[in-house]
Amino acid sequence: MTAQEKYGIITKVSGPLVVATNLSGSRMYDVVRVGDKRLVGEIIELSGDTASIQVYEDTSGIGTGERIYRADRPLSVELGPGLIESIFDGIQRPLDEIRARSGDYIARGIEIPSLDRERTWDFVSAVAAGDRVQQGDILGTVQETEILVHRIMVPPGISGVVEEVRPGNHVITDTVAVLRRDSGPLELSMMQQWPVRIPRPYGRKLQPLDLLTSGQRVIDTLFPVAKGGTACIPGPFGSGKTVVQHQLAKWADADIIVYVGCGERGNEMTDVLMEFPELTDPRSGHPLMKRTVLIANTSNMPVAAREASVYTGITIAEYFRDMGYSVALMADSTSRWAEAMREISGRLEEMPGEEGYPAYLSSKVADFYERAGRVVCLGGDSREGALTVVGAVSPAGGDLSDPVVQATLRVVKVFWSLEDKLAFQRHFPAISWLRSYSLYDDAMNRHLEERVDPAFPRLKEEAMKILEKEAELEEIVRLVGIDALSGPDRLFMKTARSIRQDFLHQNAFNDEDTYTPIGKQFIMLDLIIHLHRRLEKAVHDGAPFAAVESLDIDDEIASLKYAPPEGLDPGELKKRADAEVARRTAK
Amino acid sequence: MRREYRTIKSVVGPLMMVEGVAGVKYEELVEVIMPTGETRRGKVIELENDTAMVQVFEGTSGIDVPETRVSFRGRGIEIPLSSDMPGRIFNGLGKPIDNGPGIIPERMMDINGAPINPFARDYPNEFIQTGISSIDGLNPLVRGQKLPIFSGSGLPHNRLAAQIARQATVLGREEEFAVVFGAMGITFEEAAFFIDDLNRSGAISRSVLYINLADDPAIERIATPRVALTTAEFLAFQRDMHVLVILTDITNYCEALREIAAARKEIPGRRGYPGYLYTDLSSIYERSCRIKGRRGSITMIPILTMPEDDKTHPIPDLTGYITEGQIILSRSLYRRNIDPPVDVLPSLSRLKDKGIGRDKTREDHADLSNQLFAAYARGKEVQELAVILGESALTDLDRLYFSFAEEFESRYVSQGYEENRGIAETLDIGWSLLGMFPRNELRRISARLLDAYFNEGGGRP
Repeated sequence: MTAQEKYGIITKVSGPLVVATNLSGSRMYDVVRVGDKRLVGEIIELSGDTASIQVYEDTSGIGTGERIYRADRPLSVELGPGLIESIFDGIQRPLDEIRARSGDYIARGIEIPSLDRERTWDFVSAVAAGDRVQQGDILGTVQETEILVHRIMVPPGISGVVEEVRPGNHVITDTVAVLRRDSGPLELSMMQQWPVRIPRPYGRKLQPLDLLTSGQRVIDTLFPVAKGGTACIPGPFGSGKTVVQHQLAKWADADIIVYVGCGERGNEMTDVLMEFPELTDPRSGHPLMKRTVLIANTSNMPVAAREASVYTGITIAEYFRDMGYSVALMADSTSRWAEAMREISGRLEEMPGEEGYPAYLSSKVADFYERAGRVVCLGGDSREGALTVVGAVSPAGGDLSDPVVQATLRVVKVFWSLEDKLAFQRHFPAISWLRSYSLYDDAMNRHLEERVDPAFPRLKEEAMKILEKEAELEEIVRLVGIDALSGPDRLFMKTARSIRQDFLHQNAFNDEDTYTPIGKQFIMLDLIIHLHRRLEKAVHDGAPFAAVESLDIDDEIASLKYAPPEGLDPGELKKRADAEVARRTAK
Repeated sequence: MRREYRTIKSVVGPLMMVEGVAGVKYEELVEVIMPTGETRRGKVIELENDTAMVQVFEGTSGIDVPETRVSFRGRGIEIPLSSDMPGRIFNGLGKPIDNGPGIIPERMMDINGAPINPFARDYPNEFIQTGISSIDGLNPLVRGQKLPIFSGSGLPHNRLAAQIARQATVLGREEEFAVVFGAMGITFEEAAFFIDDLNRSGAISRSVLYINLADDPAIERIATPRVALTTAEFLAFQRDMHVLVILTDITNYCEALREIAAARKEIPGRRGYPGYLYTDLSSIYERSCRIKGRRGSITMIPILTMPEDDKTHPIPDLTGYITEGQIILSRSLYRRNIDPPVDVLPSLSRLKDKGIGRDKTREDHADLSNQLFAAYARGKEVQELAVILGESALTDLDRLYFSFAEEFESRYVSQGYEENRGIAETLDIGWSLLGMFPRNELRRISARLLDAYFNEGGGRP
């Protein structure tokens, strides 16, 4: 085929969608360059020699008759050292490099490699000549940041005998190992490529068993997510989705965080960019940025790249999972991703499903979340990796019957329901304790029993019961007033208030309160429930509720969230609570 | 290259199909030359083979198929910009309507702008004092933020916006803002109110006004906010000014967008608005920013009237998902003569945490506002309860919250449109209101701040 024949010709331009002919031989999801400006696009529909192309950059200035340049490969990401601490756009172009080249505004048609080609990395080999290696085996390592060892793996689908290894300083495209195969020698570098729409392979999936702690009390204690699990946060605007996502990205005990800002505010990405290098990881003591990869497609960036950004993010996350790490991906917000799908679908004139969303919405959502999981990775050492996915959903009008919310709830295991009523009271995180759930509860309870305290699950149960009781009693109070309640019921109201205000309420902007280790969470809840049991007994034995309505220990419980965990003495606190209750109820 | 055609095939609403064109580009500027010699502007919004679909900003009335000429200009829609623009009034497409001279351009800029690289953004963290307690104290605005006013028909959003434009200043520096005002489909009286108010305070000399009135062509409104923001970008980033952009009324803008979508026979999203409304609105709102290494900034206050005061209507809903908070006006406060009638509880400023506190406003600002919110929320709940049960059924503590909510509305929220309160004054009013509570009720404030500022029993006037 001559070069001339490789060109397609544009016949239609409609927003981010371009139609072109003379493209026979192209495959679905192939990348193309569109028009004289050479914008990046991807084929999303084929019919004869005509292709519909979604363009990842603004199409103004493109006309019919211009050419389409074929690349004959699917949309892929580059994987290798240099990913950490980067900020990419939706199709993995480095935004810092783009700024260096084109200034404060994003120019179009820029071609920049995703990973720095000039930076050298010290490759330490883990294999020797003569070793037989298969897909997923670790060829060597690179110390990418102070806290991350980047494992260089044999790419999927490749095996052979090591003929030569070249440890030492290399750029990522240099050959670091040569394999001998039946089909001839194969040179491997530190970088591999992978098409974003195809999940990376693994050995087999496992049930998620370990708790992903986040230091957020309502999440870790009441509605935990497992390492390798899936969770969603739907809520109306202003209910604090993004703050919860940021808190998870900051404090979740994962090895790697991939944060996808999908169609959201530019200033929020800036916030992450400026704050993460300043914050230190409580486990490693190094800046949080040293374990973070950012993907930013803000709401004013091209809509088609928004559709791609979640795939770009999850492919990078899978790559780190394959190394045997625990990875957490935050996508904020999957609604914008779904809307991008809807917009492209509308331009393709497809038959719409619910609310104009394409009929394949729920299968796309399910495919995405199924890429999460705890797995045995490829490679001879059977190492385990986990990928946790947390998606924010922004339903229209905060209405949970929204198609994206419903499609998501069918596949995810944890539901953190944000309520604007709580947000108005400035109760943050505004996660409703009545509507949220976690299907990992049983497995996580076992984890808590073993690693924190055998009594933890019982405490959780009791706290939930008190909160539910409060909701019931509130109905009565609404009708007849609080004075009509019996002593024991007033006590329920008192304890529920304490659980809400002193335990569930957490201030993300307070240095101490922003992160509570799971051990301290137990101490806090244990004390609240201990006091409740004490008072319950006292009231049952005839003490008037008024005598214990307001206690000194209440103030101490309220200030626990601001107390450093090191200085806490749970035994002493309980003793003081007991003493005060005894004093107040003594005749 | 100037390419003229007389090949109009059809005209549908604001759209016109032109056949047999060659070399035409998507979003290119189009000039429509009427048989009378009048020139109108439009842009290419779809291309298919040799047919271009053109959206005509000034309306299609009077276009006739054989006589009207269409000229494609080979560039996007650009406007002339100059440092002499403050003090001038233009129509919604940037033509002077104040009988002044034409603009001698220092620069031409495409009105669509380009997306800001998130890596180039600087985080907004400089507190703007608006002199309005319900904003400064509880939902403060910072430079580079986009904070819309959600209002309803008949509510005084214009008076509030004019008050902000008049009073806004950055604390300590007393720098004044340049104001860029983009009006979309507002009435003559509303426009006259703004112009009078700016004249009265002298702020007109640092203001640029783009005015598309209710009887001006609806499609022109699509361009108005972009023209206004392009001017703002020029003043902020080429001329180092701090610019406050007021856009009113976004609801009219969205309706113009819907009109075009309907004419194109697009599959409608919610309530007939196009599925890309979110993307389109964000291309306006996201242009407010600070940029690393540049002195100027763009702060935006879009105003929208919620149809039937419904916050879940697509326009306020999608706006709320893009902007950094919202100031909501309440009809019930307005009826009770609380001016400005800011509904504090559902209002929000997302960027406030970085803009307040020691060295910015005062160390007690954050805790104090959290406590005021919590107490007011409880007070409103108690008031609802009292409606059902009667006041006599309330506990003493509840009664305290009940009267707190009343005092809060009448002393803190209500201040009129002329009073310009300093931030210290606003904070002090907050403390004096909290004085009606016993100290142990104030759980959102740290002990150290309570020691320094709290004066128990000081709450009663």
